[in-house]
Amino acid sequence: MAPTIITKTEKLVGQRIRRKEDPRLITGTATYVDDIQMQGMHHACIVRSPYAAAKIAGIDTKAASALPGVVAVFTGADTKDVGPVPCGASLPGLRVPYHHILAVDRTYFAGHPVAVVVATDRYIARDGAELVEVDYDPLPAVADPEKALEAGAPAVHPEWADNIAFNFHQEGGDTAKAFAEAEVVVKQRITSQRLIPTAMETRGVVADYNTGDEALTVYSSTQIPHLLRTLLAQMLGLPEHHLRVVAPEVGGGFGSKLNVYAEEALMGFVAMRIGKPVKWIESRRENYLCTIHGRGHVDYYEMAARKDGTILGLRLKLIQDLGAYHQLLTPAIPTLSVLMMPGLYRFKNIQADIVGVFTNCVPTDAYRGAGRPEATHGIERMVDILAAELKMDPVEIRMKNFIQPEEFPFATATGLIYDSGNYDAPLKKALELADYPGLRRRQAEARKQGKLMGVGVSTYGEICAFGPSPATPAGGWECATVKIDPSGKVTVGTGASPHGQGEETTFAQIAADELGVGMDDVVVVHGDTAVVPYGIGTFGSRGTAVGGPALYYALQKLKEKIKKFGAMLLESEDVTFVEGRCVCNRSGKSVSLAEVAGASYRAMKLPPGEDPGMQATYFWEPPNFTFPFGAHIVVTEVDADTGKIAVSRYIAVDDCGKIINPLLVDGQVHGGVAQGLGQALFEQAVYDENGQLLTGELMDYAIPKATMMPWVESHHTETPSPVNPLGVKGVGEAGTIGCTPAVVNSVVDALSVLGVRHIDMPMTPEKIWTLLQGGQA
Amino acid sequence: MTKSICVTINGSSYANEVEPRLLLIHYLRDVLGLTGSHIGCETTLCGACTVEVDGKAVKSCTMFAVQADGKHVLTIEGLANHGTLHPVQEAFWNEHGLQCGFCTPGMILASKQLLERNPNPSEGEIRHGIEGNLCRCTGYQHIVNAVKSAAAKMGV
Repeated sequence: MAPTIITKTEKLVGQRIRRKEDPRLITGTATYVDDIQMQGMHHACIVRSPYAAAKIAGIDTKAASALPGVVAVFTGADTKDVGPVPCGASLPGLRVPYHHILAVDRTYFAGHPVAVVVATDRYIARDGAELVEVDYDPLPAVADPEKALEAGAPAVHPEWADNIAFNFHQEGGDTAKAFAEAEVVVKQRITSQRLIPTAMETRGVVADYNTGDEALTVYSSTQIPHLLRTLLAQMLGLPEHHLRVVAPEVGGGFGSKLNVYAEEALMGFVAMRIGKPVKWIESRRENYLCTIHGRGHVDYYEMAARKDGTILGLRLKLIQDLGAYHQLLTPAIPTLSVLMMPGLYRFKNIQADIVGVFTNCVPTDAYRGAGRPEATHGIERMVDILAAELKMDPVEIRMKNFIQPEEFPFATATGLIYDSGNYDAPLKKALELADYPGLRRRQAEARKQGKLMGVGVSTYGEICAFGPSPATPAGGWECATVKIDPSGKVTVGTGASPHGQGEETTFAQIAADELGVGMDDVVVVHGDTAVVPYGIGTFGSRGTAVGGPALYYALQKLKEKIKKFGAMLLESEDVTFVEGRCVCNRSGKSVSLAEVAGASYRAMKLPPGEDPGMQATYFWEPPNFTFPFGAHIVVTEVDADTGKIAVSRYIAVDDCGKIINPLLVDGQVHGGVAQGLGQALFEQAVYDENGQLLTGELMDYAIPKATMMPWVESHHTETPSPVNPLGVKGVGEAGTIGCTPAVVNSVVDALSVLGVRHIDMPMTPEKIWTLLQGGQA
Repeated sequence: MTKSICVTINGSSYANEVEPRLLLIHYLRDVLGLTGSHIGCETTLCGACTVEVDGKAVKSCTMFAVQADGKHVLTIEGLANHGTLHPVQEAFWNEHGLQCGFCTPGMILASKQLLERNPNPSEGEIRHGIEGNLCRCTGYQHIVNAVKSAAAKMGV
């Protein structure tokens, strides 16, 4: 569908509008980190451990240092006073290993940074890195979290022999009673495999130190420039006001750039030591070895129910593969899974025990969905397993257990207050779009012909808009600044630092509507701590859901000022601001926004109590999270000869609250589904028993290609959130969260005729073929 | 050791002394400052570095600059004609065929080549034609729409 052409009086919010950021991106004129060139810029290459665990007996940097063009080589001995790499999450009794930016005497995962070579040219830096001789004494390693828990397993950190970083228990209601009263109990081990986020742009840093000002500028491909500034300043021992962080164009993040990495501090250190700008661009291999992974769950579920399908309670033992260290939010991610364990269902008895396990692998952390896909996969698989046990239809059992619209706000057993919902609506719409009865008839026909066809349903809920500050490690508010120039043109500054979501467009829609100006009259700036006030960032589907309301309130504040200046100019108390003009309701006389703004800067006269200028800033603290939801239906056909799965239909009905721009919302859903489908069918980070990453390149780690994606039929219902004045909920992660259980449920449904009850992801042809031969998947 | 090369890029001629090991993508980006083509993998798997060499889409991360000596190269910067977007660029914009934009220059050049070879591709042919270019944001659906839309416009 072509984008809408807007006439002046139409509201922009709700329209399919093509993006303001695109002209630079389609013409090659955007500036990503690696596009930054500076006079005298040096290049860094990092020497990394080939072993998952090893003692460093010595490092010889002489040959590297002697190479013409190499200006410096630094090792852990040089950088040991920098850092540590911070963990922002806190849990009772959490064991936090000290995380040096370069390994000091021991390495803990394959890819662990050991030294950095700085040279005048990126090729020479790589040559130099090959000349650094590190004397390693390899140690036994453990890469599997369940094996790491076994007695006698190698200790990832010698000081903690059991490899346990934390135990976390959460309970709501009376689970013991629920299980005692249950007429049926179903149990299943369900894994959510390690995934590699794979933003198309790898990480990269340019650091530039001005020795005169003692000021450091760090350009980093990050989702959180302000938090990075605060934490980097601490790591480098630099006063925060002497540090500027810029997130230039960011080529995708998906959570992997919601972090503070050793290399960011390392480049700051290097720039300060050599007094020249330095650039480090991560290779894809480094990206796979050293940028956080996602998921990494082994979950043991038990569900208690009545024979009529009423769910009574849920127990979960969750083993979280943490990797070797805590990155920014590593230990917090599985706690998000626990929060969303109840899904969309009414039962009030849950018990969860998390054990966080160290392994000799790169840390896990937030990856698209961050804990919620794992929880949704668990509950949605368990509901299907229960339905199969009771011989009920998966749709019927869901509808029977849904929280009903009149029950909102709904307090869950995990301590959340779901804001609003109408869970039947997207499911009914999806069933209608799919012709569900027709699908079941077709399935019966297919089965008669010996064909394996499956229909899978998932109804997901998610927690977004992180979030009320008391529930977040670093503040959950967001900030917006609106500035109107003397000529009446508008600049919006947002602390939510987007990286592909399109907020330069959606925020311009919101501002243009409120100020009665056109899209071209507004620019949205972000990502530079010297340009926009402190903000938190874009992650957890919070950009529009928290940054949007912050902008809305900043606009309301500014509109009050506009009206006061308008009233002064019109010499009237009775003034309305409408469609970009202040209008006197008595005389009908009016002044334009440009005239009002111009008068505010010229300041010949000021309204009583007002200061000059036309600018407003608002820090908005959300009173609650938002809870989007939806229903996905997936039709699959399994090739009995090869085990290959074909997705013949994918129907997604998502309710993300009020929609600002349907074109962009569909884009988010498609991309989210692609990452969900990647997990369901193709992707898995595989470490061998020595902690070597076997899927270390795009050749071995299968992200979906265009030919691997089905057509996604994306539809919506709109249930506004009462949490914010825009009614928005967030949509960035919905597709990913809704997808995996719908696909697995569909394939299990197809294979149920063979007695298959559960399949772990990824459902590769080999795994399915093995199952079809009567083996264990 | 360096070698002299002369390459015509986006209609302009460039003469440089380069190391034989210098990759074409680094020549374009670091030597000439044409940073529109990106590096996503350095192993020919992602397609972010796709440019045209003598009219053929090529992944410039696995070609040496010296191999482009005497050839004509088109990069994303040279695609628009005096400020008028190429129909494929316009279609990517209209159809929201990009999000973070990192794969986009390569994806646009791969799509352009696809349409030159097959002006009226089916959905399957489009998916096959851009299979060598990875996108992690869009799920490809709006890219498919963009290529269809460009095909319709270019066919007029």
